[in-house]
Amino acid sequence: MKKIGLIVNPIAGMGGKVGLKGTDGVHILNKAIKLGATPEAPAKALRALEKLLSLREQLLIVTCSSNMGQIQAESLGFRTKVVYNSKDSMTNSNDTKLGAKKIKEEGVDLLLFVGGDGTARDVYESLGNEQLVLGIPAGVKIHSPVYASTPEKAGELALLYINGEKVAIREEEVVDIDEEAFRKDLVRTQLYGYLKVPVDKKFMQNKKAPTPLSEEATQKAIALDIVDNMEENICYIIGPGTTTRAIMQALNLPYTLLGVDVIMNQRLLKKDASERDLLDYVSQYPSKLVLTPTGGQGYLLGRGNQQISSKVVEKIGKDNIIIVSTNSKIIGLRGKPFMVYTGDKKVDQMLKGYYRVKVGYGMEIMYQVEIE
Amino acid sequence: MHYLRLSQETLGADINVEIGQGTCTMKYNPKVNEYIARKPEMTELHPLQDESTVQGILEIMYKTDLCLREISGMDQFTFQPGGGSQAILTMASIVRKYHRERGEEEQRDEIITTVYSHPSDAAAPATKGYKVITIMADEEGYPDYEAFKNAVSERTAAFFVANPEDTGIFNSRIKEFTDLVRKAGGLNCYDQANANGLLGITRAKEAGFDMCFFNLHKTFAAPHGCGGPGGGALGVTKELIDYLPKPIVGYKDGKYFLNYDLDKSIGKVRLFNGVPQTVLKAYAWIMSLGAEGLYEVAKVAALNNNYLFKKLLEHKGVDVPYRRDIQRVEQVRYTLEKLTQDTGITSGDIQRRVMDFGMHYWTSHHPYYVPEPITLEPTETPSKADLDEYINTLHHIFDEAYENPEIIKKAPHRSTIHQVDESSFDDPEKWAPTWRVYLRKTKED
Repeated sequence: MKKIGLIVNPIAGMGGKVGLKGTDGVHILNKAIKLGATPEAPAKALRALEKLLSLREQLLIVTCSSNMGQIQAESLGFRTKVVYNSKDSMTNSNDTKLGAKKIKEEGVDLLLFVGGDGTARDVYESLGNEQLVLGIPAGVKIHSPVYASTPEKAGELALLYINGEKVAIREEEVVDIDEEAFRKDLVRTQLYGYLKVPVDKKFMQNKKAPTPLSEEATQKAIALDIVDNMEENICYIIGPGTTTRAIMQALNLPYTLLGVDVIMNQRLLKKDASERDLLDYVSQYPSKLVLTPTGGQGYLLGRGNQQISSKVVEKIGKDNIIIVSTNSKIIGLRGKPFMVYTGDKKVDQMLKGYYRVKVGYGMEIMYQVEIE
Repeated sequence: MHYLRLSQETLGADINVEIGQGTCTMKYNPKVNEYIARKPEMTELHPLQDESTVQGILEIMYKTDLCLREISGMDQFTFQPGGGSQAILTMASIVRKYHRERGEEEQRDEIITTVYSHPSDAAAPATKGYKVITIMADEEGYPDYEAFKNAVSERTAAFFVANPEDTGIFNSRIKEFTDLVRKAGGLNCYDQANANGLLGITRAKEAGFDMCFFNLHKTFAAPHGCGGPGGGALGVTKELIDYLPKPIVGYKDGKYFLNYDLDKSIGKVRLFNGVPQTVLKAYAWIMSLGAEGLYEVAKVAALNNNYLFKKLLEHKGVDVPYRRDIQRVEQVRYTLEKLTQDTGITSGDIQRRVMDFGMHYWTSHHPYYVPEPITLEPTETPSKADLDEYINTLHHIFDEAYENPEIIKKAPHRSTIHQVDESSFDDPEKWAPTWRVYLRKTKED
């Protein structure tokens, strides 16, 4: 019998329908309820679970009590094992974290979670990057590509995976925006981590064009371009992200996914460097900075990589910034420029303009960088 | 019935409503031209025959060249490339040789293209060793001029672009782009695979291009899509004639001849002198229409396209990227993003369902810069009844997406193979383009 985890954040999405741009925080939830918001997530969980009905007899759904998954799974006739009971009917972020931990302990093949960016953060904070998960979109803010495009697609993808069909496993970003700022129409995205998710490309059919390269193959191609063109005695500061990580992997060097690593002559100078380390290096050596945008709002600087401070950037200079990105990330921005926010207006202003963004081996796209 | 169905599935353009293969200009290929090309006077020729014995076909090639010069403003054509992509590769070879002659080969290592140009405009120069810089579209769907200005430099070897691009949007500021490249010392190369709505209206020369190519098997009604072979007609301005692949067809003292006297020639890109049958069919088509007829082709192709555009946008699930009131020329890239959001059915799902109706439907090149794309190009060929049949079929399927999505998800229902697993296509580690690579990769396993 296959074990699938299910965790529903029942309040996810409630803020959206009443125009609150998110539901993180108790006072916002109360406000949403006062404005007439009703739970969205349970219905979306059902839409995904309905896709798994053909496997009902072979599946055990490990979940949390009541409207955090149990009700939805049982209403469709699935067998369930409840491993976490929420003390309060008004569930919060802690319930997601504790529930996720308990479900993982049961050794599930795949954990489905229903919510938005806040829920994805909770799952990441609780489980790190070890458990295979898949998001069912229900929240107001969905910037993290750990979510399928629709609840139905999530269900179909889970079905494929459970049936042992070919699906790729990919590390996708967990990003979230600052809800307080968002309510003031400021969009500030921060990268929090990565989750392992299944990705399906089986049904992409095309008569004329080849299918696009996988994200991993593209990252590898970009990394080889960077490595082949590395200059001697130049200090390369490698920012966080899976695209930049591929450079470290191509060089067979240890790396940090969320931190900043420094290399020179293809050797590691410093793993997980601090701002002080970076300032030391850039004052000693001519340096280049390799950055990749975060998903969602396309932040290059200031959200999730504060070590690369305005002072570091100023010292390195605009011409020594190399931007790398997969095509899919650029497409996801839908024409919106990359963003920088270093906290220093003068430096931000200096960084504005068009850059050649490496998107493959010998392939670049002209793309604009803007400031908040 | 078996063969009829088979030919439908292999894009049998002549028995079907072939609107769905956007950018491919699937038009009617007159059978009389096929008849002429299959006459023994044509089929029994050999490319190694003495010139004096093949004056007829040389005359046809020469006169087709003259027609294409008039249509494009270029000064000389070659028919050696076997199709559009090979014509682009030939242009890239000329670009390299041109800069080598000027001592700038090493310095000029970049080409610029645009995001909605054909992928071969990037790929072919890349195979010649060029770094490729792509210009994204601005808010209105035109190539971003500011980005372009920032991309052009002393390293620019050439600009490769389609216009209109595959969105159907024509960049009327193209001369500003080509002027910028010229000023920087680069060459301008025009991908005219999308020329069907431009015949007799705009020309490559006046838009500032040094080279252009036409697909004889698209715009000029020679068959393709399993009916081929194709033919890429590549034209250049007089400054670049010497660089063309050898030989080109000349005419002197009442005789046609093969001219090998091109001292900077890039050599050959194909055996002999292209595909003469294809040139013959294109010539017959041009002569049957005349200048006025070609202009009429462009007008009707644009009219048909705009009828389709208006009718398809009446469905709530269909939209276009960029403003609706920007004129599309001969094709349109639509988006089904709303339909997908509403129903979970993707453009790829619809593509499979259209096969059940014996028609074709094309999404877009990869990667999908337009979400859930469809690219349709009706050409001048279909009647209003044909257009309505295609439109009604799509509307029917779009309605199914809202009312009965399962039928679409399980499509195609009338094919031997239902859904193909392409999941390994995107990983170069799994590719074996040659037998030797296959052996090496499987041995390692």
